[in-house]
Amino acid sequence: MEEKKTTVLNLTDEEFVYPGNRACTGCGLNILYRIGLKAIGRDAILVVPPSCLTVMQGLYPITSTQLSVLNVTFASTAAAASGVKAALRAQKNDHTQVVAWAGDGGTADIGIQALSGAIERGEDFLYICYDNEGYMNTGVQRSGTTPQGALTANTSINGKRERSKDVPAIVAAHSPAYVATCSAAYPMDFHDKIKKALSLKGLKYIHAHTPCPPGWAMEERMAVAIGRLAVSTGIYVLYEIEGGEMRLSEPSAKLLGKKKLPPVSEYLEAQGRFKALGKEAVEKLQQEVDAKWAAYRRQHDVALAARGPQS
Amino acid sequence: MFVFESGNVAAATGVRLARVQVIAAYPITPQTPLTEKLSEYVDSGSFDAEYVAVESEHSALAVCIGASSTSARTFTATSANGLLYMAEQLHWTAGARLPMVMCVVNRAVGAPFNIWNDHQDSISQRDTGWIQIYAKDHQEILDTVIKAYRLSEEVCIPVMVCYDGYYLSHTYMPYDVPDQVAVDAFLPPYEYRHTLGPNNPTSLNTVTLPGGRPDIHGEFAPGYMELRHNLHMEMKQAIDIYTRIDGEFAEIIGRGGNPIAEKHLCDDAEYVAVALGSMANQIKDVVVRLRDDGLKVGLLALSLYRPFPSEFLAAELADRKGVIVFEKALSFGHSGTVCADLQAALYPCASRPPVWNYILGLGGRSYQSADFYDAIRDCVERGSAKFDNPGWIGLGR
Ligand SMILES: Cc1ncc(C[n+]2csc(CCOP(=O)(O)OP(=O)(O)O)c2C)c(N)n1
Ligand code: SF4
Repeated sequence: MEEKKTTVLNLTDEEFVYPGNRACTGCGLNILYRIGLKAIGRDAILVVPPSCLTVMQGLYPITSTQLSVLNVTFASTAAAASGVKAALRAQKNDHTQVVAWAGDGGTADIGIQALSGAIERGEDFLYICYDNEGYMNTGVQRSGTTPQGALTANTSINGKRERSKDVPAIVAAHSPAYVATCSAAYPMDFHDKIKKALSLKGLKYIHAHTPCPPGWAMEERMAVAIGRLAVSTGIYVLYEIEGGEMRLSEPSAKLLGKKKLPPVSEYLEAQGRFKALGKEAVEKLQQEVDAKWAAYRRQHDVALAARGPQS
Repeated sequence: MFVFESGNVAAATGVRLARVQVIAAYPITPQTPLTEKLSEYVDSGSFDAEYVAVESEHSALAVCIGASSTSARTFTATSANGLLYMAEQLHWTAGARLPMVMCVVNRAVGAPFNIWNDHQDSISQRDTGWIQIYAKDHQEILDTVIKAYRLSEEVCIPVMVCYDGYYLSHTYMPYDVPDQVAVDAFLPPYEYRHTLGPNNPTSLNTVTLPGGRPDIHGEFAPGYMELRHNLHMEMKQAIDIYTRIDGEFAEIIGRGGNPIAEKHLCDDAEYVAVALGSMANQIKDVVVRLRDDGLKVGLLALSLYRPFPSEFLAAELADRKGVIVFEKALSFGHSGTVCADLQAALYPCASRPPVWNYILGLGGRSYQSADFYDAIRDCVERGSAKFDNPGWIGLGR
């Protein structure tokens, strides 16, 4: 169970992304990409649909990525990755990793059919969804994962009416080899979950909460702080699911021991996109978060009791 | 070896002989028996390929895009709405210059919902940058699939091999299956031009600006427009390349010789009928009867539709007294699509024969040899005087 944790001290200093790409200042995806590629390593092919990541990659003929990247259509990431994998199988290449890397729009909405099909087929690749909770590349519109109440370019008056889709749960319902949630504010956790995912056969899914300064209407220097607030207030939970077993990851697991978490309003108020959320809505959200954590605590206590006195 | 089998089996046999490595497909009538056959070959172990049973046509072509980019010889097949569901991917495949072959088993497009044959599906996708070749019979289906891989891999442009649903897909005909040794001599293993992977990291299909710009070595790299220009020019060159490839096929396999079109009683013909696919076969007999009845008529059975062989057609047809185009698709509000293309090809010629156009067989509407006979006779005897262009055969039947 105890994997060795990566820290900045033992993280490889080999770089796979050239500095000076086209991401916005303070972009959470930029952190994930730089650290994520270190975990993926050189022997890999990435498959990327239209998104902020396409722009970060650079304009032809110059690219910011030192790995092979196949850009594909918006709806087809998981299917195209299946094709890359099939070609590698046909060539008897079982070492090159295939990694699909898409935004939340390309995952939760337009690409969900291809993703669902690929998991059902038991494809062997890693799918990473970076969730900046909106269509940022086209100018901040709502996506399936945009939280209720958030202002976007096409929910600009009252905020999004609907709840967000729980994509990791949808994926988990397909029983893939591995599901994990991550945050750009915890890049080493992301790094190690990628490493672990790549050691497993079958389809692996990592969903990464990705603060986006312009999309979330926050100061550029605040991306990491706000990503951390999402976790520390308990609104975004970091966990892994393997063999059907869900396990909280360290940054979230340590909240179990706390009597009271900081209020979610701290997270919400740090961003301009939640300005339209009324007091009642915030209270309701707080109740939901409290209820979720109460359930986690109960499960945790049951698990502890089951383990017996030895620990 | 001669066999008596369906057109779909002929296509599957071609795919197997071409040693395709990755197949992805989604079922749609009348394509279904083709891909079922391929999955049977793969499952039984008689064919060493990867078969990816996807959840949609959009994904089928995405799998092929991924596989072809990773240097595998790939195949898919579809019909009608399946082809249209691939539309975005069709452009992507050709724009990315990925070699690949797809069989389009021609079927009418809904709505209204209809599963029978016409050509509206593939013809409506003529501007996607794919090469389009139409087969007339089972032998041509099999041979064209194999030749299409040579062509596609040489010019880095994907190829649609189109054949008529039911008329060819589900009927039985005898045809010769070449042996694997001969096919291997004709079609070498796919030589990888796209090298995704650790050895030579490449970013494919990144955002490309309207204009060219220097790469990191200061050398001019083309912009979007140059890349489109290249596709256009290399598509045009594919006519000669396909003709050469067809000649090599004939030398090794012992058949071929009509890569652009098959001419039937054309040499001294005053009037020439033009058609695609299985109906061209049917018109062969009609032309013989018309000759018996004293009309100097020939047939040009067009097989290469994109790139459009304008020069060939102009040279063949400009000096005739009339051309009659039969087709199973149209550009709504204009005319038959093949007819429009043909008229454009004849426009620069010093002499321009009248071109009459008939639309028929839409959604599987029946037609007989007598229909072709009457239509051609009508054009020859009465000219364009009493004729709406296009004319329609079989309305109200
Ligand atoms: C078929 C299709 N529809 C729409 C678009 C336009 N488009 C490009 S990127 C994008 C949004 C991407 O959103 P997401 O996947 O969340 O990634 P992000 O931009 O937030 O990084 C859209 C709508 C497209 N490229 N293709
Ligand atoms: S819009 Fe957001 S996700 Fe996209 S590059 Fe800018 S900060 Fe990053």
